[in-house]
Amino acid sequence: MAAVICEVVYRGIFQKNLAARIVRGIVLSARKSGRWGIAFGRYGDSPQRNGIPAKDFAIVADTNEELEQNMARYEPKHVDVTIVVDDTLAKGVESWAWYGLQPINRLTVPDGTVLMTSVQRVDDLLRDIHKKDAPYKLSLIRAKASFSGLWVYKEDHTEVRILGALAKIAPAFLTLDGVCEAIREMEWGSDLKVESAKKAYARLETREVKITEGNAEVPYSFEMPKWWEMREGVTIPAIPVGKPKEDGKGYVPERNPYFKKYTTRSMRPVINFDTCVKCTLCWIQCPDSCFDVMPDGTYDANMEACCGCGVCEAVCPVEQCITMVNESVFEDNASQWEMWRKDKGAYHTWMTQKIGDKKATVRSHGFRFRGQYEEELKSDLDSGGVEITAGIPGENAQHKTE
Amino acid sequence: MAVATKATPAATDDKELLISGSEAVAEALVLADLDVVTAYPIRPYDTVMQAIAKKIANGELVAEYIVAEGEHSQFEIVKHASTVGARVFCGSSGVGWMYAMECLVVTPPLRVPMVALVGNRALDDPGAFGVEHNDALVVRDVGWLLCWIDTSQEALDTTLIAYRVAEDRRVFLPLAISADGAFLTHSQALTMVPPKEKVDRFLPRYNRGDLLLHPDNPITVAPQANEDWVIEIRRQNNEAMKRAYTVIEEAYADFRRVFGRGPENPWFEEYMTDDAEIILVGMGTISLPIKVAIREMRTKGKKVGLVRLRWFRPFPTDRLVAALSKAQALGIIDRDYSFGSPFGSGVVANEIRAALYNAERRPPLLSFICGLGGREVTLEDVYKATDMCYGAAKSGKSDATTHWLGVRE
Repeated sequence: MAAVICEVVYRGIFQKNLAARIVRGIVLSARKSGRWGIAFGRYGDSPQRNGIPAKDFAIVADTNEELEQNMARYEPKHVDVTIVVDDTLAKGVESWAWYGLQPINRLTVPDGTVLMTSVQRVDDLLRDIHKKDAPYKLSLIRAKASFSGLWVYKEDHTEVRILGALAKIAPAFLTLDGVCEAIREMEWGSDLKVESAKKAYARLETREVKITEGNAEVPYSFEMPKWWEMREGVTIPAIPVGKPKEDGKGYVPERNPYFKKYTTRSMRPVINFDTCVKCTLCWIQCPDSCFDVMPDGTYDANMEACCGCGVCEAVCPVEQCITMVNESVFEDNASQWEMWRKDKGAYHTWMTQKIGDKKATVRSHGFRFRGQYEEELKSDLDSGGVEITAGIPGENAQHKTE
Repeated sequence: MAVATKATPAATDDKELLISGSEAVAEALVLADLDVVTAYPIRPYDTVMQAIAKKIANGELVAEYIVAEGEHSQFEIVKHASTVGARVFCGSSGVGWMYAMECLVVTPPLRVPMVALVGNRALDDPGAFGVEHNDALVVRDVGWLLCWIDTSQEALDTTLIAYRVAEDRRVFLPLAISADGAFLTHSQALTMVPPKEKVDRFLPRYNRGDLLLHPDNPITVAPQANEDWVIEIRRQNNEAMKRAYTVIEEAYADFRRVFGRGPENPWFEEYMTDDAEIILVGMGTISLPIKVAIREMRTKGKKVGLVRLRWFRPFPTDRLVAALSKAQALGIIDRDYSFGSPFGSGVVANEIRAALYNAERRPPLLSFICGLGGREVTLEDVYKATDMCYGAAKSGKSDATTHWLGVRE
């Protein structure tokens, strides 16, 4: 290896500063071993909307010429390390910039590494991560997705844990000493952070993934139109009027054929159709018009269009009628209403289990834990929930921390 | 006993009016049954907006006349009106045109067939009113059709042709007609105005077709797009500009058939070029002093001709090269500048140099800058340029410099 190329796949806005710090840290750490490097973001993945997957890249090389050779593309077509800072991205990457669903390991070279922060078990993750036609390594840093916001950064040491782990994955380019030295010198560095990097180095869990392992789903893709197939005048047809759900009842709108949002969300609403009062608030307030109207007047969140913002939960006047649940506990994007119609008892059991899982319903966004990260994580893992100290939308918030 | 019967002119006859270039444009707009016009005053374009206002006030034209609060809005308003199917007109001059720049660049990709009159005016600073071609030329790269006119008659005829070309579905691009400030916008000349019946035979109604913004044709116009779409959109624009060659040829041919006048060659006027040893090239009203000078010089045995470019975009490369390459030397007179350009030449000279690059025969080419800010181009300027061209013809060499004529030194 004369060069190491890393991509950081992150959730737009929430992890923007985190990703930028990681790629800067990679280059500055490699510099300590006399390497050359560049850190850059693909802002074309615009406009980095809340939760939409986005990417930053870091390339380090032995010489400046080798660096240029690898930079002569808009974005790398293959990477040695895919760094994933939210494990719900294991389901893949969809955004404005990549039409269709890109498996999270698509750019990872054979025998390369997918490095992920997660508290999930490897087998659970491999149910989400698509199969790859070459073996690769899955390395896990036991940590939750580090979410903060546009202007703030959550100082939970995630960026230095990633750097410490990389020292183990690519020691020829990032030595642990180099990483520690770089962290100390960085504007946001500290001795405590150096210790975190060392712990991540020591605790990194790595496992080979065979070509037989992974999610067998064939990701959907689009054929981009030729210039002469496109409409002229920068015009696109309006989304046509939708159709009734069935028998002239209900309403299912037509949706953008080029952009699905299956993996743009980190949480999704789980709906109790038995307690729904059909007030229309979720349907009206949803910024992505994701709700389909069912023949009985209830509303089914269509996973093709839901971006997981949680507004529906916030506006729903009925307690636990809509509950946001972490994406990682779902295996598919099937209609909840159809499941409910088919077998109400089974649905109730399923729903109760999903919304009763405190690990899956707690928000990891923002600054809600004061204290050492390991304590937060322990509390999260052991008792399924941490004390929320600020900023959750909606009146149902209190019920999540009882 | 003689009975004098006075023949009433047939209704289809042209009528002769003494009008300026700006007024001629307004006459054409009445004939074209304009729908929406926006206005914001700046000299010399304001003569057009005044002439149109008068037409509407006199009941000759029924159209929405919107006075905008600036050129930016002026061009935005007609852009939107055009997308819902209105035949539109607007215009400006100098820095007013510059103030509209954001709207000027979005119009071609949206394929809006807006027709605009640019009353050519020097850019500020210094604030001056006289003609320079730099204002209109600023949009030469972004998909505007650009032409220069010379007389009131040409102003009227070209305005009708402009709608025919711009609104052709194969083109759908904005078109700017450039008229030299003062020399054309403010000079009244005898002009033949055709009857509406004839115009109706020449100019079909504007049909926006599949691009019409209407509840019956629900579309979104101008969504944001990333790099996966942009180059395809540019490619479409390029194709529309290429198709304009054919559409312009067709329009002029049809114009001659319906109106019984108009040039065979839409692209440029050739004056005494058949046997010319030296061909001078320019755009707009500069033709007048050049033609007079040519006549004078021919009495002294100097075979000089003029090519007056009408169309600058699309650029008539093949036809122009054929016309120019037969001369012994060329003198390009720019009423514009392009500081820091190759040889410091004006825009037209450099375009012609580029067009000639692949020509089998490349005559020596001399580049001149003259008449900036509305300064008179004198006969002496033309004589001087011609003499230098004869020198180049003799030596067989182009000199790698640009000559400024009529500047105090």
